[in-house]
Amino acid sequence: MNRMTVARPLIIAAVILGGWEAFVHLTGQPRFILPAPSVVAGQIAERFDVLAGHFAVTAAEILVGLLCGTLLGAGAALTLAFFRGARQWLLPPLVVSQAVPVFALAPVLTLWVGYGVVSKIAMATLIIFFPVTAAFFDGLRRTEPGWLDQARVMGASRWRTLRHLQLPAALPAFASGMRVAAAFAPIGAIVGEWVGASSGLGYLMLHANGRGQTDVMFAALVLLAAFSVALYFTVDHLLRRMLPWQPDQWAGGRLSAPELDRPVP
Amino acid sequence: MSVRVDHSPQIVPERAAAVAAPAVHIRDATLVYDGTTLFDGLSLSLAAGTWTCILGPSGVGKSSLLRMIAGLQSGGTVTDGEGRPVAGRIAWMAQQDLLLPWATAIENVLIGAKLRGERPDRQRALALLDRVGLAARADARPAQLSGGERQRVALARTLMEGRPIVLMDEPFSALDAVTRASLQDLAAELLRGRTVLLITHDPLEALRLGDTVLVMVGRPARFEPPIPPAGTAPRRLDDPALLRLQATLLNLLAGRGPVPVARAAGDVS
Repeated sequence: MNRMTVARPLIIAAVILGGWEAFVHLTGQPRFILPAPSVVAGQIAERFDVLAGHFAVTAAEILVGLLCGTLLGAGAALTLAFFRGARQWLLPPLVVSQAVPVFALAPVLTLWVGYGVVSKIAMATLIIFFPVTAAFFDGLRRTEPGWLDQARVMGASRWRTLRHLQLPAALPAFASGMRVAAAFAPIGAIVGEWVGASSGLGYLMLHANGRGQTDVMFAALVLLAAFSVALYFTVDHLLRRMLPWQPDQWAGGRLSAPELDRPVP
Repeated sequence: MSVRVDHSPQIVPERAAAVAAPAVHIRDATLVYDGTTLFDGLSLSLAAGTWTCILGPSGVGKSSLLRMIAGLQSGGTVTDGEGRPVAGRIAWMAQQDLLLPWATAIENVLIGAKLRGERPDRQRALALLDRVGLAARADARPAQLSGGERQRVALARTLMEGRPIVLMDEPFSALDAVTRASLQDLAAELLRGRTVLLITHDPLEALRLGDTVLVMVGRPARFEPPIPPAGTAPRRLDDPALLRLQATLLNLLAGRGPVPVARAAGDVS
């Protein structure tokens, strides 16, 4: 069972890559339409320096965006939870603002803050902000009513009730928002790079696309996907370690299917 | 700032609180819920330093009355024997243990101090956990404790508050019979001398623990004449007088009217 847990993803990957490789060779797909995995791997090895440079830029944009979006989202949720006025005046515009597709703002952001990394960080921040705010605020207002009654009888102040009851009680919901944020952050950075950039994996992909270097595009895509998956699982792992009291019947990653058939404790 | 009884380390905390236990009077409790009048000018007095148990069918408003006394619901005047408000002198124990899942047993016992911004007295919390038989589980999280153990921690948390008035809303109803009986004994011992109001569905529990047993019936609700069980709590479960009173109470609760205690003694049907 345990050995299978490790082996299964490898087998799945081998089948997909093998099928892809075979398909390309059997149908004779030209390299500029669909490069074989072996060709993509060759490109990664050959152009490692160039790819690594662009990778570093995109990774930094994603990580800084994730940090900014999370901090702003958490701050907004706490403000909404603590101040009634904030709920009455800020919540409606916040919700309505989500009707504007964030992607549509990318050109405007580039116009305002330029072609550098700042517009990409802003893009990632914007895309993360709302999921984090919504999830955390939802957690903050769903505190078990019995705990709040108990706190009132105990003579708790509003601030300490927020700090010692509502905040820890909302952490699992905040964690859900963080997981969504970790999955969304790369999208924001890449879209930002597509609109206008001079470095980063998104820029590299557009550049390679224009010159028919489909294998380079795929090489960048593989690196981006690897980073996104690693980011998601790192965030997920850290959140689990931070919230050891949270009942978790699928310990070890919600995306790993073998865990689904584990008995519920 | 809340009113608290100061405990010097030499005094057993339970005794110290008992000294200050006041009577509690509820007057003109009026509550209309969803167009239904639950109480209309209901009054109730809890004698100082005694246990009052209220029995009644579901939905009669027992919990609402308790919440009113706790200050969680408006609709009546609640004072002590001298006409002063009782806020800050009340501890509340609910049906659910209301333990915080992220906090250990001892942190849960200390939550009141934390919420008031006071310096937590870990030594006293540990002593109280010891009194409820859980000193060894002080660092366990609620998920690692059984239902009975969790309610013991809740009892220790209630004691930690050091309040002379204790309101309990069916605190043992979710427990199995054996655990329930042992927790009743423990609560009777540890809360002796305080002014306690216990709400329960279980006539036997009321009769074991109460100095006064009240039945709350009707809409709007009223109290049947009080039943004072003989002897001191916790009473023995095999006491024949207790079992006869239980039959009387079941009759009352079933709406078969107030059966005189003397006649009910021989009439169990």
